[in-house]
Amino acid sequence: MADTRKIVLEVLRYTPGQSTAPTLQQYPIEFTDDMSVLQGLQQVKDFVDGSLTFRWSCRMAICGSCGMMIDGAPKLACRAFLRDFLPGPLRVEPLEHFPIERDLVVDISDFVDKLGRITPWIEPREPRSLEQGEYLQTPAQLERFESFSHCINCMLCYAACPQYGLDSRFLGPAATALLHRYNSDSRDGAQAKRMELVNSEEGVWACTAVGYCSEVCPKAVDPANAVNQNKTASAVSWFARFLPGRG
Amino acid sequence: MDGWWRRDPFFIRYMAREATAPFVAAYAIVLLVGIVSLARGADAYEEWLEALASTGWIVAHAILVAIFAYHTYTWFQIMPKTMPPVVVRGRRLAPEVITFAGIAAAVLASLALWILVAYGAP
Repeated sequence: MADTRKIVLEVLRYTPGQSTAPTLQQYPIEFTDDMSVLQGLQQVKDFVDGSLTFRWSCRMAICGSCGMMIDGAPKLACRAFLRDFLPGPLRVEPLEHFPIERDLVVDISDFVDKLGRITPWIEPREPRSLEQGEYLQTPAQLERFESFSHCINCMLCYAACPQYGLDSRFLGPAATALLHRYNSDSRDGAQAKRMELVNSEEGVWACTAVGYCSEVCPKAVDPANAVNQNKTASAVSWFARFLPGRG
Repeated sequence: MDGWWRRDPFFIRYMAREATAPFVAAYAIVLLVGIVSLARGADAYEEWLEALASTGWIVAHAILVAIFAYHTYTWFQIMPKTMPPVVVRGRRLAPEVITFAGIAAAVLASLALWILVAYGAP
Protein backbone atom coordinates (compact mmCIF):
# COMPACT_ATOMS: atom_id res chain seq x y z
CA MET A 1 0.00 0.00 0.00
CA ALA A 2 1.30 3.40 -0.90
CA ASP A 3 1.58 6.09 1.75
CA THR A 4 0.47 4.01 4.70
CA ARG A 5 0.60 5.03 8.32
CA LYS A 6 0.13 3.02 11.49
CA ILE A 7 -2.41 3.30 14.26
CA VAL A 8 -3.50 1.00 17.05
CA LEU A 9 -7.22 0.27 17.33
CA GLU A 10 -8.23 -0.43 20.91
CA VAL A 11 -11.50 -2.29 20.53
CA LEU A 12 -13.92 -3.35 23.24
CA ARG A 13 -14.55 -7.09 23.17
CA TYR A 14 -17.39 -8.75 25.03
CA THR A 15 -19.52 -11.83 24.61
CA PRO A 16 -22.25 -12.07 27.25
CA GLY A 17 -22.36 -15.57 28.67
CA GLN A 18 -18.73 -16.22 27.75
CA SER A 19 -16.75 -13.19 28.99
CA THR A 20 -17.00 -12.16 32.63
CA ALA A 21 -16.48 -8.46 31.76
CA PRO A 22 -15.72 -6.36 28.67
CA THR A 23 -12.02 -6.16 27.79
CA LEU A 24 -10.03 -3.97 25.42
CA GLN A 25 -8.08 -5.66 22.66
CA GLN A 26 -5.38 -3.86 20.69
CA TYR A 27 -5.06 -4.27 16.92
CA PRO A 28 -2.16 -2.43 15.24
CA ILE A 29 -3.14 -1.68 11.63
CA GLU A 30 -1.73 0.11 8.60
CA PHE A 31 -4.01 2.58 6.87
CA THR A 32 -4.14 5.01 3.98
CA ASP A 33 -5.41 8.57 4.24
CA ASP A 34 -8.81 7.76 2.76
CA MET A 35 -9.63 4.93 5.18
CA SER A 36 -12.53 5.22 7.60
CA VAL A 37 -12.65 3.67 11.07
CA LEU A 38 -15.11 1.14 9.59
CA GLN A 39 -12.53 0.13 6.98
CA GLY A 40 -9.99 -0.24 9.78
CA LEU A 41 -12.34 -2.62 11.61
CA GLN A 42 -12.99 -4.52 8.38
CA GLN A 43 -9.24 -4.92 7.89
CA VAL A 44 -8.99 -6.43 11.36
CA LYS A 45 -11.93 -8.76 10.73
CA ASP A 46 -10.68 -9.87 7.29
CA PHE A 47 -7.00 -10.36 8.06
CA VAL A 48 -6.38 -10.47 11.82
CA ASP A 49 -9.35 -11.63 13.88
CA GLY A 50 -12.49 -12.93 12.21
CA SER A 51 -14.36 -13.09 15.52
CA LEU A 52 -14.55 -9.29 15.90
CA THR A 53 -18.24 -8.40 15.59
CA PHE A 54 -19.74 -5.09 14.40
CA ARG A 55 -22.68 -3.86 12.30
CA TRP A 56 -22.29 -2.12 8.96
CA SER A 57 -23.97 -1.94 5.60
CA CYS A 58 -23.85 1.04 3.24
CA ARG A 59 -20.42 2.57 4.03
CA MET A 60 -21.78 6.01 3.13
CA ALA A 61 -23.61 7.39 6.17
CA ILE A 62 -27.12 6.55 5.03
CA CYS A 63 -28.01 3.16 6.58
CA GLY A 64 -27.26 4.17 10.17
CA SER A 65 -25.85 0.75 11.10
CA CYS A 66 -22.25 1.49 12.14
CA GLY A 67 -22.83 3.88 15.05
CA MET A 68 -20.27 3.35 17.84
CA MET A 69 -18.25 5.26 20.41
CA ILE A 70 -15.13 6.44 18.63
CA ASP A 71 -12.59 8.11 20.86
CA GLY A 72 -15.36 8.49 23.44
CA ALA A 73 -17.88 10.23 21.17
CA PRO A 74 -20.84 8.69 19.29
CA LYS A 75 -20.00 8.62 15.57
CA LEU A 76 -20.71 6.61 12.43
CA ALA A 77 -17.61 4.47 11.84
CA CYS A 78 -17.95 5.01 8.08
CA ARG A 79 -17.89 8.78 8.51
CA ALA A 80 -14.93 8.96 10.92
CA PHE A 81 -11.46 8.82 9.36
CA LEU A 82 -8.49 7.07 10.93
CA ARG A 83 -6.17 9.94 9.94
CA ASP A 84 -8.01 12.25 12.36
CA PHE A 85 -7.10 10.11 15.38
CA LEU A 86 -3.32 9.98 15.05
CA PRO A 87 -1.14 9.20 16.88
CA GLY A 88 -3.65 6.88 18.57
CA PRO A 89 -4.36 4.46 20.08
CA LEU A 90 -7.95 4.88 18.94
CA ARG A 91 -10.54 3.56 21.38
CA VAL A 92 -13.59 1.96 19.67
CA GLU A 93 -16.51 0.92 21.89
CA PRO A 94 -20.16 0.01 21.40
CA LEU A 95 -22.81 2.77 21.56
CA GLU A 96 -23.29 3.94 25.10
CA HIS A 97 -26.58 3.44 27.02
CA PHE A 98 -27.47 0.21 25.17
CA PRO A 99 -26.84 -3.35 26.38
CA ILE A 100 -24.00 -5.09 24.51
CA GLU A 101 -25.06 -8.02 22.37
CA ARG A 102 -21.51 -8.87 21.31
CA ASP A 103 -18.36 -6.72 20.90
CA LEU A 104 -19.51 -3.54 19.09
CA VAL A 105 -23.06 -4.74 18.44
CA VAL A 106 -25.70 -3.42 20.84
CA ASP A 107 -29.25 -4.54 21.56
CA ILE A 108 -31.49 -1.90 19.92
CA SER A 109 -34.86 -3.38 20.88
CA ASP A 110 -35.69 -0.49 23.27
CA PHE A 111 -35.27 2.04 20.46
CA VAL A 112 -37.26 -0.06 17.98
CA ASP A 113 -40.04 -0.36 20.57
CA LYS A 114 -40.05 3.44 21.03
CA LEU A 115 -40.25 3.99 17.27
CA GLY A 116 -43.30 1.76 17.10
CA ARG A 117 -45.07 3.72 19.82
CA ILE A 118 -45.02 7.16 18.16
CA THR A 119 -47.48 6.24 15.38
CA PRO A 120 -44.73 6.62 12.77
CA TRP A 121 -47.04 7.03 9.78
CA ILE A 122 -49.53 9.56 8.48
CA GLU A 123 -53.10 9.13 9.61
CA PRO A 124 -54.99 11.30 7.10
CA ARG A 125 -56.55 14.46 8.54
CA GLU A 126 -59.50 13.93 6.21
CA PRO A 127 -60.37 10.73 4.39
CA ARG A 128 -60.12 11.03 0.61
CA SER A 129 -61.10 8.54 -2.04
CA LEU A 130 -58.77 7.64 -4.92
CA GLU A 131 -60.99 9.69 -7.25
CA GLN A 132 -60.38 12.78 -5.12
CA GLY A 133 -56.66 12.52 -5.86
CA GLU A 134 -53.55 12.90 -3.72
CA TYR A 135 -53.06 15.02 -0.61
CA LEU A 136 -51.41 18.24 -1.71
CA GLN A 137 -48.78 20.13 0.25
CA THR A 138 -47.07 23.48 -0.34
CA PRO A 139 -43.26 23.88 -0.16
CA ALA A 140 -43.73 25.96 3.01
CA GLN A 141 -45.73 23.13 4.63
CA LEU A 142 -42.99 20.68 3.64
CA GLU A 143 -40.30 22.97 5.09
CA ARG A 144 -41.95 22.67 8.53
CA PHE A 145 -41.01 19.00 8.94
CA GLU A 146 -38.60 18.04 6.18
CA SER A 147 -35.36 18.19 8.18
CA PHE A 148 -36.88 15.91 10.84
CA SER A 149 -37.56 13.28 8.18
CA HIS A 150 -33.83 12.96 7.44
CA CYS A 151 -33.24 10.73 10.50
CA ILE A 152 -31.47 7.45 9.65
CA ASN A 153 -32.15 5.79 13.05
CA CYS A 154 -28.43 5.47 13.82
CA MET A 155 -29.08 6.10 17.55
CA LEU A 156 -26.00 8.29 18.02
CA CYS A 157 -28.31 10.79 19.73
CA TYR A 158 -29.35 8.18 22.31
CA ALA A 159 -25.69 7.45 23.10
CA ALA A 160 -25.21 11.24 23.43
CA CYS A 161 -28.20 11.81 25.72
CA PRO A 162 -27.35 11.70 29.45
CA GLN A 163 -31.05 11.75 30.35
CA TYR A 164 -31.64 8.56 28.37
CA GLY A 165 -28.57 7.09 30.07
CA LEU A 166 -29.97 7.96 33.49
CA ASP A 167 -33.49 6.72 32.76
CA SER A 168 -34.14 4.79 29.56
CA ARG A 169 -37.91 5.27 29.88
CA PHE A 170 -37.36 8.70 28.27
CA LEU A 171 -38.70 8.60 24.71
CA GLY A 172 -35.45 10.26 23.63
CA PRO A 173 -34.21 12.39 20.74
CA ALA A 174 -34.69 10.40 17.49
CA ALA A 175 -38.14 9.01 18.33
CA THR A 176 -39.31 12.52 19.33
CA ALA A 177 -37.84 13.97 16.12
CA LEU A 178 -39.81 11.46 14.07
CA LEU A 179 -42.91 12.08 16.18
CA HIS A 180 -42.50 15.80 15.44
CA ARG A 181 -42.02 15.04 11.75
CA TYR A 182 -45.51 13.46 11.61
CA ASN A 183 -47.15 15.93 13.99
CA SER A 184 -45.94 18.85 11.83
CA ASP A 185 -47.18 17.31 8.60
CA SER A 186 -50.16 19.23 7.21
CA ARG A 187 -51.71 15.97 5.94
CA ASP A 188 -51.66 14.24 9.34
CA GLY A 189 -54.50 14.06 11.83
CA ALA A 190 -53.07 11.93 14.66
CA GLN A 191 -51.58 14.79 16.69
CA ALA A 192 -53.86 14.26 19.71
CA LYS A 193 -52.80 10.62 19.99
CA ARG A 194 -49.08 11.49 19.80
CA MET A 195 -49.45 14.39 22.25
CA GLU A 196 -50.46 11.86 24.93
CA LEU A 197 -46.97 10.40 24.63
CA VAL A 198 -45.32 13.85 24.47
CA ASN A 199 -47.09 14.91 27.69
CA SER A 200 -46.46 11.64 29.55
CA GLU A 201 -43.80 10.89 32.18
CA GLU A 202 -41.53 9.45 29.48
CA GLY A 203 -42.23 12.38 27.15
CA VAL A 204 -40.35 15.58 26.40
CA TRP A 205 -40.14 16.98 29.94
CA ALA A 206 -37.32 14.59 30.86
CA CYS A 207 -35.08 16.61 28.50
CA THR A 208 -32.91 19.24 30.16
CA ALA A 209 -31.68 20.82 26.89
CA VAL A 210 -28.15 19.46 27.01
CA GLY A 211 -28.21 19.63 23.19
CA TYR A 212 -25.45 17.06 22.56
CA CYS A 213 -27.92 14.93 20.55
CA SER A 214 -28.07 17.59 17.82
CA GLU A 215 -24.31 18.03 17.96
CA VAL A 216 -23.57 14.37 17.15
CA CYS A 217 -26.36 13.90 14.57
CA PRO A 218 -24.73 12.97 11.23
CA LYS A 219 -27.77 14.22 9.28
CA ALA A 220 -28.31 17.62 10.96
CA VAL A 221 -31.79 16.53 12.08
CA ASP A 222 -31.57 18.66 15.24
CA PRO A 223 -33.57 16.36 17.54
CA ALA A 224 -33.05 18.76 20.46
CA ASN A 225 -35.14 21.27 18.52
CA ALA A 226 -37.91 18.70 17.99
CA VAL A 227 -37.95 17.85 21.71
CA ASN A 228 -37.99 21.48 22.82
CA GLN A 229 -40.63 22.55 20.31
CA ASN A 230 -42.78 19.84 21.81
CA LYS A 231 -42.27 21.23 25.32
CA THR A 232 -44.02 24.35 24.02
CA ALA A 233 -46.69 22.22 22.32
CA SER A 234 -47.15 20.24 25.54
CA ALA A 235 -47.50 23.40 27.67
CA VAL A 236 -49.97 24.90 25.17
CA SER A 237 -52.09 21.73 25.15
CA TRP A 238 -52.11 21.73 28.98
CA PHE A 239 -53.24 25.37 29.25
CA ALA A 240 -55.76 24.89 26.43
CA ARG A 241 -57.81 22.72 28.82
CA PHE A 242 -58.81 25.86 30.69
CA LEU A 243 -60.27 27.54 27.61
CA PRO A 244 -64.06 27.56 27.41
CA GLY A 245 -65.44 24.62 25.51
CA ARG A 246 -62.26 22.54 25.97
CA GLY A 247 -61.09 19.88 28.38
CA MET B 1 -23.64 7.03 35.02
CA ASP B 2 -21.74 8.43 38.02
CA GLY B 3 -19.70 11.46 36.98
CA TRP B 4 -21.17 11.29 33.45
CA TRP B 5 -20.74 15.04 32.96
CA ARG B 6 -16.96 14.84 33.35
CA ARG B 7 -16.64 12.49 30.38
CA ASP B 8 -16.98 15.04 27.60
CA PRO B 9 -16.09 18.77 27.38
CA PHE B 10 -19.57 19.36 25.91
CA PHE B 11 -21.16 18.09 29.14
CA ILE B 12 -18.80 20.19 31.28
CA ARG B 13 -19.87 23.31 29.34
CA TYR B 14 -23.52 22.27 29.84
CA MET B 15 -23.04 21.89 33.60
CA ALA B 16 -21.25 25.27 33.75
CA ARG B 17 -24.23 26.83 31.93
CA GLU B 18 -26.68 25.29 34.39
CA ALA B 19 -24.50 26.29 37.35
CA THR B 20 -24.74 29.98 36.35
CA ALA B 21 -28.56 29.94 36.50
CA PRO B 22 -28.91 30.14 40.35
CA PHE B 23 -26.69 33.25 40.32
CA VAL B 24 -29.04 34.93 37.85
CA ALA B 25 -32.01 34.04 40.06
CA ALA B 26 -30.19 35.24 43.19
CA TYR B 27 -29.33 38.58 41.59
CA ALA B 28 -32.97 39.03 40.59
CA ILE B 29 -33.70 38.99 44.35
CA VAL B 30 -31.03 41.68 44.93
CA LEU B 31 -32.73 43.87 42.30
CA LEU B 32 -36.13 43.10 43.83
CA VAL B 33 -34.85 44.33 47.20
CA GLY B 34 -33.80 47.54 45.37
CA ILE B 35 -37.31 48.02 43.98
CA VAL B 36 -38.89 47.37 47.38
CA SER B 37 -36.57 49.92 49.02
CA LEU B 38 -37.39 52.42 46.27
CA ALA B 39 -41.05 51.96 47.10
CA ARG B 40 -40.27 52.56 50.77
CA GLY B 41 -38.82 55.98 50.02
CA ALA B 42 -35.63 57.89 49.16
CA ASP B 43 -33.78 57.04 52.41
CA ALA B 44 -34.31 53.30 52.06
CA TYR B 45 -33.21 53.45 48.41
CA GLU B 46 -30.05 55.42 49.24
CA GLU B 47 -29.27 52.86 51.95
CA TRP B 48 -29.59 50.03 49.40
CA LEU B 49 -27.31 51.89 46.96
CA GLU B 50 -24.76 52.50 49.71
CA ALA B 51 -24.77 48.83 50.67
CA LEU B 52 -24.04 47.87 47.05
CA ALA B 53 -21.11 50.33 46.97
CA SER B 54 -19.23 48.36 49.63
CA THR B 55 -15.99 46.58 48.61
CA GLY B 56 -17.53 43.16 49.09
CA TRP B 57 -20.42 43.91 46.74
CA ILE B 58 -18.11 45.50 44.14
CA VAL B 59 -15.96 42.34 44.07
CA ALA B 60 -19.13 40.24 43.91
CA HIS B 61 -20.38 42.33 40.97
CA ALA B 62 -17.12 41.84 39.05
CA ILE B 63 -17.49 38.06 39.44
CA LEU B 64 -21.23 38.21 38.64
CA VAL B 65 -20.62 40.12 35.40
CA ALA B 66 -18.37 37.29 34.18
CA ILE B 67 -20.96 34.68 35.23
CA PHE B 68 -23.80 36.60 33.54
CA ALA B 69 -21.76 37.04 30.33
CA TYR B 70 -21.23 33.25 30.15
CA HIS B 71 -24.91 32.65 30.96
CA THR B 72 -26.03 35.06 28.24
CA TYR B 73 -23.69 33.55 25.65
CA THR B 74 -24.74 29.96 26.36
CA TRP B 75 -28.41 30.92 26.65
CA PHE B 76 -28.47 32.35 23.14
CA GLN B 77 -26.38 29.43 21.91
CA ILE B 78 -29.11 26.96 22.94
CA MET B 79 -31.99 29.30 21.96
CA PRO B 80 -32.32 28.15 18.30
CA LYS B 81 -32.80 24.58 19.57
CA THR B 82 -35.70 25.64 21.79
CA MET B 83 -37.85 27.61 19.36
CA PRO B 84 -40.01 26.91 16.32
CA PRO B 85 -38.45 27.63 12.92
CA VAL B 86 -38.29 31.30 11.98
CA VAL B 87 -39.07 31.61 8.29
CA VAL B 88 -37.92 34.77 6.52
CA ARG B 89 -38.77 35.17 2.83
CA GLY B 90 -39.63 31.48 2.53
CA ARG B 91 -36.34 30.26 4.05
CA ARG B 92 -35.60 29.02 7.53
CA LEU B 93 -33.24 31.26 9.51
CA ALA B 94 -29.93 29.54 10.32
CA PRO B 95 -29.33 28.85 14.05
CA GLU B 96 -26.15 30.96 13.94
CA VAL B 97 -28.18 34.01 12.85
CA ILE B 98 -30.58 33.60 15.80
CA THR B 99 -27.68 33.18 18.26
CA PHE B 100 -25.87 36.22 16.85
CA ALA B 101 -29.04 38.36 16.91
CA GLY B 102 -29.68 37.39 20.54
CA ILE B 103 -26.15 38.16 21.70
CA ALA B 104 -26.12 41.43 19.73
CA ALA B 105 -29.44 42.46 21.34
CA ALA B 106 -28.07 41.63 24.82
CA VAL B 107 -24.89 43.66 24.19
CA LEU B 108 -26.85 46.64 22.82
CA ALA B 109 -29.35 46.56 25.71
CA SER B 110 -26.49 46.42 28.24
CA LEU B 111 -24.72 49.35 26.53
CA ALA B 112 -27.92 51.42 26.44
CA LEU B 113 -28.49 50.75 30.15
CA TRP B 114 -24.88 51.64 30.93
CA ILE B 115 -25.17 54.96 29.08
CA LEU B 116 -28.51 55.69 30.76
CA VAL B 117 -27.06 55.07 34.24
CA ALA B 118 -23.72 56.83 33.60
CA TYR B 119 -25.07 59.94 31.86
CA GLY B 120 -28.66 60.07 33.09
CA ALA B 121 -31.89 59.90 31.15
CA PRO B 122 -32.18 62.33 28.22
